[in-house]
Amino acid sequence: MLVVSDVFAQALNGLAYGVLLFLLSVGLTLIFGMLDVVNLAHGSYYMLGAYAGVATLMVTQSFWLALVIAPLAVGLVGAVVERLCLRPLYRRGPLDQVLLTFGLIYLFEDLVKWIWGGRIRGIPAPALLTASVNVLGVIVPSYRLFVIVFGLLMALVLWLIVVVVGGLGSLKGSLVGSLIIGQAETFGKAWLPGASMLMIYAVMALILLLRPQGLFGRPLR
Amino acid sequence: MKAVTRRRFLSGAAATAAGVAVGPWVLRAHGQSGPLKVGLVLPYTGVYAVLGESITQGMELVFARENWTVAGRKVEMIKEDDEMKPPVGIRKTEKLIDSDKVDILTGPVHSGILLGMRDKVHSSKTILIVSNAGADDISRAKCSKWIFRTSFSNWQPNWPMGPWVAKNVSKEVFVAAPNYQAGKDQIGAFKESFLATGGKVIGEDYPKLGETDYAPYLTKIKQSGAKAVYAFFSGTDAVGFVKQFDEFGLKQSVKLTGAGFLVEPDVLPAQGKAALGVISGHFYTPLLDNPTNVRFVKEFREKFGGKMPDGFACQGYDTAETIVRAVKATNGNTQDKDKLVAVLEKTEFDSPRGHFRFDPKTHNVIQPYIYVREVREVAGGLNNVPIDKVADVKDPGTGCTLPA
Repeated sequence: MLVVSDVFAQALNGLAYGVLLFLLSVGLTLIFGMLDVVNLAHGSYYMLGAYAGVATLMVTQSFWLALVIAPLAVGLVGAVVERLCLRPLYRRGPLDQVLLTFGLIYLFEDLVKWIWGGRIRGIPAPALLTASVNVLGVIVPSYRLFVIVFGLLMALVLWLIVVVVGGLGSLKGSLVGSLIIGQAETFGKAWLPGASMLMIYAVMALILLLRPQGLFGRPLR
Repeated sequence: MKAVTRRRFLSGAAATAAGVAVGPWVLRAHGQSGPLKVGLVLPYTGVYAVLGESITQGMELVFARENWTVAGRKVEMIKEDDEMKPPVGIRKTEKLIDSDKVDILTGPVHSGILLGMRDKVHSSKTILIVSNAGADDISRAKCSKWIFRTSFSNWQPNWPMGPWVAKNVSKEVFVAAPNYQAGKDQIGAFKESFLATGGKVIGEDYPKLGETDYAPYLTKIKQSGAKAVYAFFSGTDAVGFVKQFDEFGLKQSVKLTGAGFLVEPDVLPAQGKAALGVISGHFYTPLLDNPTNVRFVKEFREKFGGKMPDGFACQGYDTAETIVRAVKATNGNTQDKDKLVAVLEKTEFDSPRGHFRFDPKTHNVIQPYIYVREVREVAGGLNNVPIDKVADVKDPGTGCTLPA
């Protein structure tokens, strides 16, 4: 029996997860769309950001400071990598970029282990966001609401930047795609527990079959 | 080029014959006076390196106490990193057995590696002392005369929790574990005894190993109306599950219980206050007040920069104690494997977890106690406070026939 509040609760979970996926993936598509760079180490930058957050938190005890400083730190690393490693490769094909950024994955992983060791770390939510909120009868952690609001705001800001700076980059595709996958995976876990991983690949296969140019790309010839 | 004279030939032949005659004596003496080679197959890199480290440190504490000499032989620990990958673990095992010719093998953490190395260990008659991996099979159908386990079987921490949870927490429970063999084994053991004492499993979920977002499962738990959850997660999965359980406000209406690994010292710091009040079953907690443990905790913290020992360190300690006692009992003779096995079977000593002994039927440790612990804030931070205990927990050993 499908209870509306149950479905709504899972849909909220799916929204939070989808927005998170958007925050993770939008950088990748923008960089590829605007700079033609295939950055396999994209995820590693997030790892660096997480550890930068941990380090900042250890020193300042402030989640909000960490939220500001971590992206700046990663931006700095990105700028250095771009200047030193990527700029010489712009004229060469994507294969060289793939090789380089793939190597960066291992480099960053070892760097992190060397500096911070293998112990499991966590970042506690800030005091302001530890309570739960009642949204139309469903209890949602306020931190998850924060992620949703933050992510959608970021989408807006990036859209303005893309409009101003110009260039390609499928911001819309990244947002809509992430939200779809977020819902698919969440409901997959809730309703088809054995096949939850299958859901993402099923969605991907479907898109490739029906719209191989992506959700909003121009049709391929 | 000199010609081979008859004299030279005869003296050469005599030397060879003498060498052949004396050879076995020299080799045996070497086996008894050469270093005592202890092989360790453990993760020293990756997320599970912290476990490999704890186990190794527990062993080092014991060997250091013995001045690294047992029955006149120098103890040599040969550590090999298995990276938590079965192909690597098996390769390193073969290296330790075939080329390093270790006297005693120990490890691993990963049950997949243990099951993968089992046949090699058995056919080469290498004494293996399992210092972590809990695969029930090693004490059941896949048991071996040469394999002893000082850590636990996946069954042991969970089976006593069934009746305890039914009696003290709730008879309506939702169970959860990662979707792999160890997860199914641990929950299976809990369900067996829980259902037998009149409990009802309201729901079951097996998220993928390495899941980061437990929201859909936690929402289901809330909607199920269960009064309690029994969960097995370890490492980063445990951090995610416990933190998110708290985030979703479930702790107000649902009691979180589980296998000890859910809230061990490797994950407690990252879980923080979210872990408060979680009840778990384990054979060890550093807060045990028996004299052996009090001394163990003190010496461990002194030797390793204030680090709090955990169940893994205790496993390492017990593994080394077992080795020390057995080798002393055979006067350093590790060539006579049958004698070593006979001596190992009779191992008995005071461990930080209580009185330690093996079950001769399965060569698995008989847990002196499975403690029911609750996470509380104590002097020095969060820790697992023992609130109850079940004595003499022995793995059923179904399907094990020793000697095999």
